[in-house]
Amino acid sequence: MDTILDIQNLTVHYRGSPAPAVRGVSFQLGRERLGIVGESGSGKSTVGRAILKLLPSADITADKMQFQDTDLLALPEKRMLEVRGKRISMILQDPKFSLNPIRKVGDQVAEAWRVHMKCSAAEAKAKALQMLSAVAIRDVERVYDLYPHQVSGGMGQRIMIAMMLLTEPELVIADEPTSALDVTVRMQVLSILDGLVRDRGIGLVVISHDLNLVRNFCDRVLIMYAGRVVETLKASELDRAQHPYTRGLLAAQPRIGGPRQPLPVLQRRPEWAEEART
Amino acid sequence: MKNISIRDLSITLGEARILHDIGFDVRAGECFGLVGESGSGKSTILRCMSLLMKTWEGRVTIGGQDVRQMPLVERCRTMQMVFQDPYGSLHPRQSVRTVLSEPLRIHGLDDRDGRMERAMTEVGLPTAFLDRYPHQLSGGQRQRVAIARALILEPDVLLLDEPTSALDVSVQAEILNLLADLRERRGFTYVMVSHDLAVVDHMCDRFAVMQKGRLVEVLGRGALTGVPGEEAKDPYARELIDASIAYDRAM
Repeated sequence: MDTILDIQNLTVHYRGSPAPAVRGVSFQLGRERLGIVGESGSGKSTVGRAILKLLPSADITADKMQFQDTDLLALPEKRMLEVRGKRISMILQDPKFSLNPIRKVGDQVAEAWRVHMKCSAAEAKAKALQMLSAVAIRDVERVYDLYPHQVSGGMGQRIMIAMMLLTEPELVIADEPTSALDVTVRMQVLSILDGLVRDRGIGLVVISHDLNLVRNFCDRVLIMYAGRVVETLKASELDRAQHPYTRGLLAAQPRIGGPRQPLPVLQRRPEWAEEART
Repeated sequence: MKNISIRDLSITLGEARILHDIGFDVRAGECFGLVGESGSGKSTILRCMSLLMKTWEGRVTIGGQDVRQMPLVERCRTMQMVFQDPYGSLHPRQSVRTVLSEPLRIHGLDDRDGRMERAMTEVGLPTAFLDRYPHQLSGGQRQRVAIARALILEPDVLLLDEPTSALDVSVQAEILNLLADLRERRGFTYVMVSHDLAVVDHMCDRFAVMQKGRLVEVLGRGALTGVPGEEAKDPYARELIDASIAYDRAM
């Protein structure tokens, strides 16, 4: 497996807060789909943002942050601009907030191409239209001229995916990509993302609180608690999790057709925050 | 325990119809679910029932009484609502004590301290938390405070608008257990809006599927678990159920 991203001993400390938000996280990513799950405040989104160095108010330290041939840790901000959105891109939770409300969605997709490639406006538009049809949008010419408030959540998120995959990145970080979507469109958006990522051999990091999502769409899962990775598992073996925190999370989830007894409530133990297994 | 009956509930704004002749019955002591995608009108039904929205036509009765005919004070003591996001529904500068004592003051009820302590115990919070502010509470504790606020006037009906969708699964489990336990002990009638069919299956015996302002089908729990004869007939309801089951079961 060729490694796309190698993170060793990543620690992120928001300035002004007493304890680091992420402590000693290490993982390697190949051409695979890696899920990071945990509850709110576990540091999972912080890890995603730290990879892109999108945390101006935090101190990021690590033994290693190697992305292909690039050392992200040593890369100056100016050079990071060549990485962000081109070689590594990020899909955020809610298209309502991540698209510019006063610009046509198609122009926003085309802009992603124009920022990174020298080309004419017409070429960029052609590229954007092609990408919009790749995310299963019909009637792309019409959709290109719509504004964000005129598209549904599912379509908005497909537009975001088009924008983020247009530059053919080697790594995509998806932070809660479908949490804002209805169940009926969630599967559809995920399978579009999944198809594109597989066809193009892109590495994918999916950050989510949803155990079902990572079980369905990832190869490997990191489980985070209080800023640390407590367990790493194959997604298909999630049911065989050893750590009491992972087992507690799985048990607390109601299931269709499940017994209607009171749900087992997670009993947190202070030692979970201290131990680190990678 | 009081039953609920809704007949021909419609909202028309100019040319646009927001709700189309909604009608369903909820038995006394039942937990009834409302499901559907965002924008389908499920929360709007709760807002109409509680008269947070007034420009609707039709008839809503609780325990045989028309909600429009009930005086405000009686209406508030018949039904209360729990909102989705406890970060937004509690005043950031009011202590829990202030939040809980306001309804008691408005309704002129005696034994305020005793009632507040009972409400806190009922939702599983220590009474010392009465002097805390929302920022000193976790998400689950805040939602417990919001439930205590709904309970303090001892209503018969609780309207639950996505009560756990802003919470983590482990915290959701605590709140669902609390709601199930309260219904068993106190005999509340619940109407619960949720987009998560696993939550609906866990809590409700029957539920209505909404789409674009219409109630497309009322189904029993058997429609989710595949009991023969109880399957959804409406194509949209079937699609929603199949998508949820596929998502729930992993591929």
